[in-house]
Amino acid sequence: MSKITRRIFLFTGAAVGAGLALGVGYLSTVDTDGLSPGEGHDGAAKLNAWVEIRPDGKVRIAVPRAEMGQGVYTGIATLIAEELEIALDPATVIVEHPDELLPVYTNFVGALNKRPEDISGPIDWVMKKVYASVPFILTGGSSSIVDGYHSMRVAGATARTMLVEAAAARLGVAPDSCKAENGRVLHAESGRSLSYAEVVQDAAKRTPPSSPKLKAQSEFKLIGTDAVKRVDIPDKTRGAAKFGIDVDLPGMLIATVVQSPVFGGKVKSVDSSAAMALPGVKKVVDLGSAVGVIGETYYHARKAADALKIEWDEGAGAELSSAGISAEYLKSIETGQPYVARNDGDVDAALKNGQAIEAIYETPLLAHACMEPMNTTALWKDGKFEIWSPNQSPTVVRWGALKANDQAKDVAIHTTIMGGGFGRRADSDMIVQAAQLAVAMPDVPVKLVWSREEDTQHDAYRPSATMRARAVLGSDGKPAAIDFRNATQSAFLSFSKRNMPFEMGGDKDPANLEGAVEMPYEVANVRVATSTIETPVPLGFWRSVGNSNTGFFVESFIDELAASAKADPMDYRRELLKHEPRRLAVLDMLKEKSGWATKLDGAGRGRGVSLHTSFRSHVGEVAEVTVGSDGTLKVDRVVAVVDCGQTVNPNTVKAQVEGAVIFALSALMYGEITLEKGRVTQSNFDTYDMVRIAQAPKIEVYIVPSTELPGGIGEPGTPPLFAAVTNAIFAATGKRVRKLPLSGQGYMFA
Amino acid sequence: MTKFAVNGKDFETNDPGDMPLLWALRDRLKMHGTKYGCGIGACGACTVIIDGQAVRSCQVPIANLEGKSITTIEGLAPAETPTAVQAAWVAEQVPQCGYCQSGMIMAVTALLARSPNPTDTEIDEAITNICRCGTYPRIRLAIHRAAGMSASAAPVAPATTEAGHE
Repeated sequence: MSKITRRIFLFTGAAVGAGLALGVGYLSTVDTDGLSPGEGHDGAAKLNAWVEIRPDGKVRIAVPRAEMGQGVYTGIATLIAEELEIALDPATVIVEHPDELLPVYTNFVGALNKRPEDISGPIDWVMKKVYASVPFILTGGSSSIVDGYHSMRVAGATARTMLVEAAAARLGVAPDSCKAENGRVLHAESGRSLSYAEVVQDAAKRTPPSSPKLKAQSEFKLIGTDAVKRVDIPDKTRGAAKFGIDVDLPGMLIATVVQSPVFGGKVKSVDSSAAMALPGVKKVVDLGSAVGVIGETYYHARKAADALKIEWDEGAGAELSSAGISAEYLKSIETGQPYVARNDGDVDAALKNGQAIEAIYETPLLAHACMEPMNTTALWKDGKFEIWSPNQSPTVVRWGALKANDQAKDVAIHTTIMGGGFGRRADSDMIVQAAQLAVAMPDVPVKLVWSREEDTQHDAYRPSATMRARAVLGSDGKPAAIDFRNATQSAFLSFSKRNMPFEMGGDKDPANLEGAVEMPYEVANVRVATSTIETPVPLGFWRSVGNSNTGFFVESFIDELAASAKADPMDYRRELLKHEPRRLAVLDMLKEKSGWATKLDGAGRGRGVSLHTSFRSHVGEVAEVTVGSDGTLKVDRVVAVVDCGQTVNPNTVKAQVEGAVIFALSALMYGEITLEKGRVTQSNFDTYDMVRIAQAPKIEVYIVPSTELPGGIGEPGTPPLFAAVTNAIFAATGKRVRKLPLSGQGYMFA
Repeated sequence: MTKFAVNGKDFETNDPGDMPLLWALRDRLKMHGTKYGCGIGACGACTVIIDGQAVRSCQVPIANLEGKSITTIEGLAPAETPTAVQAAWVAEQVPQCGYCQSGMIMAVTALLARSPNPTDTEIDEAITNICRCGTYPRIRLAIHRAAGMSASAAPVAPATTEAGHE
């Protein structure tokens, strides 16, 4: 580990310390611009770290963010294409994740948790250079467009300027008498033109301009329009898109694993005689907390895995149960010492000034259940790793591979597209295993494929949480005090222990309370506090992370307060958001588009509203439900209004919100990972069910027109859905749902 | 020895008869368009068409396939002439991650072959595949669009024996 540790410096204090250790001289050499031209791939000329043009005219756009369905290949390419003046046509543009882990590919927004526009001053400079020297490459936190909005347009404009200058020189005219259009440089006066391919070799020898002029928003031809179709869709309708699980290499073998059914358990003994006697089985490998089987095909590996006789040393994890964790949360709320993240006014005093309203909300552990089960292909050859992986962070992949052998001379990483990510593929558990298997089978590529059962029972789960909310209302019915007291487990602590060279998180983990701390309603006395317990349950980042819990808690409770005040829940929120113009505008549009003022026809019908801000975007949702007298629930319609600032691809914004609504709805209706004797009760889609087309509501998404800087969009549609539906159930039935999922609360789904 | 045809090409195998078709396609024929999602027939990612029926290939042992003709996503159409379903999928910008979409497209192709203009209720009953990205609203739109297109032009289902095999 020491070798890895030396390479990695993360998070403010450590980063600044590491920066001082490395020295300003060294840090100055770390390239955080990426604008130098050079030689590209496959004979292409490279104009900068993102743009290459091949002799045949095809433009290669390197997108160092992982495509997991969120449309990032298209989104980043759109930013570049806008300034580069090319059409984003899959026939002429190749968009791919680069293999090189260049410092400039660092996700600076993810690393510094600041907009690029706000990154300034000497400390930020040091941190930016330190993260780049790792480099810290991550797709998550709905940050790709926020991070790239400026720098990717600069990359496009820089490349275009060099192409124009090169063409002008060739034509013997002044560069500013030429203009770029659709992959060509035109000289209108003489009617002559040159294609980018014709001049790119010259262009790649030029010095990049220091600050190319970017288009004004009003000049955008692609950004914010429906002109661009997703570049990855045609292949995805033909079975031609290559996911990680589709990697195929000469001589490749296929492996699967059986992991300790109890978290933290170890292999005590393994009898592989029956497994090895089966046809097509190559090797059984003890991986410490799992046993791997390598065979000719997944079928052979699976049969052999089923024939293994494994004894486990289960350890302390065998005592865990969901009921026990819930009890610990409650105890921790009543008697624990919380970390107070926000403390406005005097909450304790204010709570004594009236009849306290109190509610306790509970959420379960959730699995990601990506459609593509966890997998990784690894090759160990000549003391080096080569990894093919659907992953959200090549940086974490690299650390994972080095855990299998920290003497490795190199780790080459090919990042494939992903069959869903949702945060799960930021983890390296499957990377470590694949690398271990590769070391056991040198010179042979080994593709590790988990079964769906392993995927469900060994996820990096969304932490469960319990929130006690208390409030008193003033004589005007508005809240005079709100006290949020949360108990949960720290996702960052669990994640960092598994995946990073040092620990972080715990009580102060921002993921515990994000979305509650920033609760936007105007209330004089507010306290937001949490405590955490620690268990061996592996935890991670699930679409919208802590917001998936806090969105439900805050928006359920504010609805309860509106009901106590006998106020309309939409107008109650609007009244408390008078000082928040963007949020208020979202609610105003939502009120209109949802037809909030109209009456719903039919028995058992209700409408609920919810508003949540996350990842720099505001999303309001109204759900319409029908609840039968037998508890049958149908979510009929969801109307969403989004303010994510300047959009890049509006149709993708809509798709992401539609998808987030369905994703949250599956969790709301069915999603629950439970533990008994340390084992996950659920195993496959028959026990961890999902919304299908029949249960999917009609979804309408409206975008607030905006020229503000972009916010994220992959995640922000998720948090508001939970309370929008449960508040609608209240409107329909007068019953509050305070514990999720609905399937555990007597609701059934048609 | 089991013999069957995939996208019009004959295929012989000596693999054990209980090997699911899914793994014969993916790990023997290296046709990766058909996806593994659950292995228990619950998600539909591995859907192929056998004798006009949408079938979850993880539940079909190859021993049952003697003499059968199988169509996979790769056998629907050449890239330049997509089927109505594929064209509708592009027009409605359906896929996100895309992993479930091969299975969705095969299930919808079989549905439209037997019911060229399905009602929403028919769609709900026939299309039970899982999409974790939540593309269901667009899938519904695309099915109706494909139904409209196929009424006028491109064939919905390919002729299994003549379709291209990549």
